[in-house]
Amino acid sequence: MLERLENLSALYANPRRFMRLAARLHMPLWLVALAVLGGGLFMVAGVPDDYQQGATVRIMFVHVPAAWMALFAYSFIFFASVLAMVLRHPLGYLAARAAAPVGAVFTLIALVTGALWGQPMWGTWWVWDARLTSVLVLFFVYLGYIALWEAIDDYGRAARATSILAFVGFVNVPIVKFSVDWWNTLHQPASVSRFGRPALHADFLYPLLVMGLAFLFVFLAVTLTRMQTEVLRQRLRVRQEEA
Amino acid sequence: MKTAATLRSLFMRELRLVWRGGHLMPVLAFVFICVTLMPFGIGPELALLQRLAPGLIWVIMLMAVLLSLDRLFQADFEDGSLDQLFLLPVALEWAVIAKIAAHFAGIILPVLITLPVAGLLLNIHPESVLPVMATMLTGAPALVMLGGIGAALAVAVRRAALLTVLIVTPLYVPVIVFGAGALSTALSVPGTLDVTALGVLALISTATVFLAPPAIAAALRAGLR
Repeated sequence: MLERLENLSALYANPRRFMRLAARLHMPLWLVALAVLGGGLFMVAGVPDDYQQGATVRIMFVHVPAAWMALFAYSFIFFASVLAMVLRHPLGYLAARAAAPVGAVFTLIALVTGALWGQPMWGTWWVWDARLTSVLVLFFVYLGYIALWEAIDDYGRAARATSILAFVGFVNVPIVKFSVDWWNTLHQPASVSRFGRPALHADFLYPLLVMGLAFLFVFLAVTLTRMQTEVLRQRLRVRQEEA
Repeated sequence: MKTAATLRSLFMRELRLVWRGGHLMPVLAFVFICVTLMPFGIGPELALLQRLAPGLIWVIMLMAVLLSLDRLFQADFEDGSLDQLFLLPVALEWAVIAKIAAHFAGIILPVLITLPVAGLLLNIHPESVLPVMATMLTGAPALVMLGGIGAALAVAVRRAALLTVLIVTPLYVPVIVFGAGALSTALSVPGTLDVTALGVLALISTATVFLAPPAIAAALRAGLR
């Protein structure tokens, strides 16, 4: 019984059904993503300059959604891996692998835009602030995860090994956050704290939320495309081996 | 009873392999070379070296552990004896613990004794050598256990050293934070220990000793199946 269940959901038992669904979703998802992104950028262009920060406040509308997506993508990888391991569904591995570079790029965007924003506002590209540091560590977690996928040739082995790493990393990230908080407060009081957060004015809040939604759709669209590409690549390899 | 005998023989086998393989001397030499290189980079000023010592010692420790762990499972994987671990009449988790314990006794423990002494070159007060050893001893199990996860994940990968470093380093952040914190308070007054930070380190080490072996065993199974 168990063997049959394993066989049933063995790697690519039903890629055809996934590919059919993906082909139908692909275009609408990209259109929605681009439309929301366009709308969001239009709203951002209409945002008034901040009385203190001037035009640089607009960096926020890229920086903050990118940081959200950095965390979201890692949670996505974790839950996809759980799904793959527990339900033995190969789509989970496929989704986790496809999402990792996308998440890494969002993390990098958050770091780079943060530096670009920090330079005029704080007067420095980088501070060893707890928040910045834990995002940097998250970036390394992504890199390790991607490198492990690339290093193991056998797909099944790579899939299981990376899932274990995803679990370990998921436990690790909050611990890193906690310890870095402790470290930073121990060694120095925040000399450059983030600007105090009064409830964000509606002029800023709505464009930010729309941009967040746009980034979410972009993430989903890119990940779906990468999953399709991966299936095609696997098929190509099988064909080449057959030939 | 039989389990204990199996594990003991496995432990002794690993220990003998470590000794015969001559893996210890290069690691100890590495520790001394690292300590020697630091003043060349930072400058010979003793006060500055003393201030930087906690971080330097932990980073050197971390690198020594990573360098030595690289071969923990890989040598056995290459000669096929790793497959035999799966066939033992004990759970793989126990076998993993025995292997790591032998590695700890054979390589890490000598490093733990050497490094604080080498720390004298970084102008550590002689009375601080023992507290440094105690602190490192409290944190080292976590380094070894977490490193074991990386070594197990990369077991089937050729030239896995850099990959292991990339996987493991993010896991080391909490140990380094609390370890270096404990050291810098301990070093500020010779002959004392930072009990609070030591407690946190002990907590981290205990947690990894319980949680890492299942992860390592799962990683080995994933890599070999």
